[in-house]
Amino acid sequence: MSTTTTGPMGYDEALEAYEPVLGLETHVELGTASKMFCGCSTTFGGEPNTQVCPVCLGLPGALPVANAAAIEYTIKIGLALNCSIAEWCRFARKNYFYPDMPKNFQISQYDEPLCFDGYLDVEIDGRTVRVEIERVHLEEDTGKSLHVGGSTGRIHGADYSLVDYNRAGIPLVEIVTKPIVGTDRLAPEVARAYVTELRELVRAIGASDVRMEEGSLRCDVNVSLMPRGSSEWGTRSETKNVNSLRSVERAVRSEISRQAGVLAAGGRVVQETRHFHEDTGETTSGRSKEEAQDYRYFPEPDLVPIAPDRAWVDRLRTELPEPPSVRRRRLQAEWGLSDLDMAAMHNAGAIELVEATIAAGAPAADARKWWMGELARRANEQAVELVELPVTPAQVARVAQLVASGSLNDKLARQVLEGVLAGEGEPDKVVEARGLAIVSDDGALGDVVDQVIADNPDVADKIRGGKVAAAGALVGAVMKATRGQADAGRARELILERLGVS
Amino acid sequence: MSAITRDEVAHLARLSRLALGEEELDHLAGQLDDIISAVARVREVAADDIPPSSHALPLVNVFRADGIRPCLSREDALSQAPATEGDRFKVPRILDEEA
Ligand SMILES: [Zn+2]
Repeated sequence: MSTTTTGPMGYDEALEAYEPVLGLETHVELGTASKMFCGCSTTFGGEPNTQVCPVCLGLPGALPVANAAAIEYTIKIGLALNCSIAEWCRFARKNYFYPDMPKNFQISQYDEPLCFDGYLDVEIDGRTVRVEIERVHLEEDTGKSLHVGGSTGRIHGADYSLVDYNRAGIPLVEIVTKPIVGTDRLAPEVARAYVTELRELVRAIGASDVRMEEGSLRCDVNVSLMPRGSSEWGTRSETKNVNSLRSVERAVRSEISRQAGVLAAGGRVVQETRHFHEDTGETTSGRSKEEAQDYRYFPEPDLVPIAPDRAWVDRLRTELPEPPSVRRRRLQAEWGLSDLDMAAMHNAGAIELVEATIAAGAPAADARKWWMGELARRANEQAVELVELPVTPAQVARVAQLVASGSLNDKLARQVLEGVLAGEGEPDKVVEARGLAIVSDDGALGDVVDQVIADNPDVADKIRGGKVAAAGALVGAVMKATRGQADAGRARELILERLGVS
Repeated sequence: MSAITRDEVAHLARLSRLALGEEELDHLAGQLDDIISAVARVREVAADDIPPSSHALPLVNVFRADGIRPCLSREDALSQAPATEGDRFKVPRILDEEA
């Protein structure tokens, strides 16, 4: 095996010489209350090994029984992805020796997936790209390992590992695309748009909370390159567990550059698993797959086949939510937004948040203004998604209401949001604790107005003489004296009243 | 012709993480060949109109409702493990040092 030491090629240069072919495998942890084959709770973040039982630990004599809700969610995901639903299919045992599964096998599906042959349309820059779906199947998640010893805490070089099986047996849906060709230089954006659209669709169905940061949606990204004009695909690499939308895009981009560098230097791309590093945006080699894995799949003897009755499938079809793309078009019309503004909100992940903020009582324009303005700025500063900010739509709606009722102005409202984000509590509590309410009671405000008039006799004379526009300067002085907390409209009224021109 | 070769048995033993000696391989290859040949006689009576089956009973769609049942206590769960550390199962090194 030859190793090349040349570095990655620039992205544009790589795209001039090669065409990328993509494949995406996405795992979604379903949001059922109990695990796939036993009654253990699926709650995230429990104390280690407190959500386990003889079935999910693979103890002798324990027998699995499939969770009906997980089957229904999987069929719904398949239907929403325009798939055919199997008339009859089976679970299969995937045999492997790795301690993240205590049974030494994982219950999965092999050549009989529950759903197959579908597609998902995604929009990039106003162009629709159809991503074809190979299969959607149901399996069980694995446990979590901590690697102890060695220098890096990674599996290589570890002395031993410690395993928590709380996650083992949680229902996991795997969604596999067919090879995605013809995306050309848009490949990274198509990959990201696909995962984004898939996430929204699964969330709309209510099948999962699809939190990438908690690992309930994980993505494996396959990339290969072929010389321009060629029709023969190159060898692909498989980058595992890419755990944010931004990383999906970066992983595709970095693999294109890396593989182009290898190929241009006369090397060959190795079929292997690679790991994505969030800090550098690059991938490094994991275990090589050149020796094909032999999982010895066979039909799971402890579970009988699934034969979804067509009436059942039809009922599930009627329960599907409005498709996210249709919903976006409807909301865009309701909110009166341009394509550009709507696309910006979609890319920022703001649509659900704005919708929830409106539902919590904020006017549409205000809800959009806060999420796409101040809050988007703060999310950007911290390099997190909007949804990860520690502020709820209800809290944003309350801030918008306080502005609408005149208790806050925009400047004060930004300080209230800052307080909420800093963990100081609900907006009303922040207003009180920080003393942020607008001063509009005539007593306190009147005193300030009198002082400002006394301090600016020339301006006051102009106003008395009829130059009402000059009142702006005095309002400014009042705002300054109250550090922005005065009700500017009421201050203006008081100034004109005092000077006898109202 | 044998139904399974000695090499295939060695391959399966490796996949199953069973350390079989040369004599054991000779012995088991012969035995497995007998067993598989015996089972293969089913083919003689299975006509084209009989689909292959993986289950003895004609059952489908055996599901349970999505409800939570009590789990084992952590103490009970860990009590069967050869080794534990703190709240977790302890397992030997998984991969050897990167070559
Ligand atoms: Zn269990």
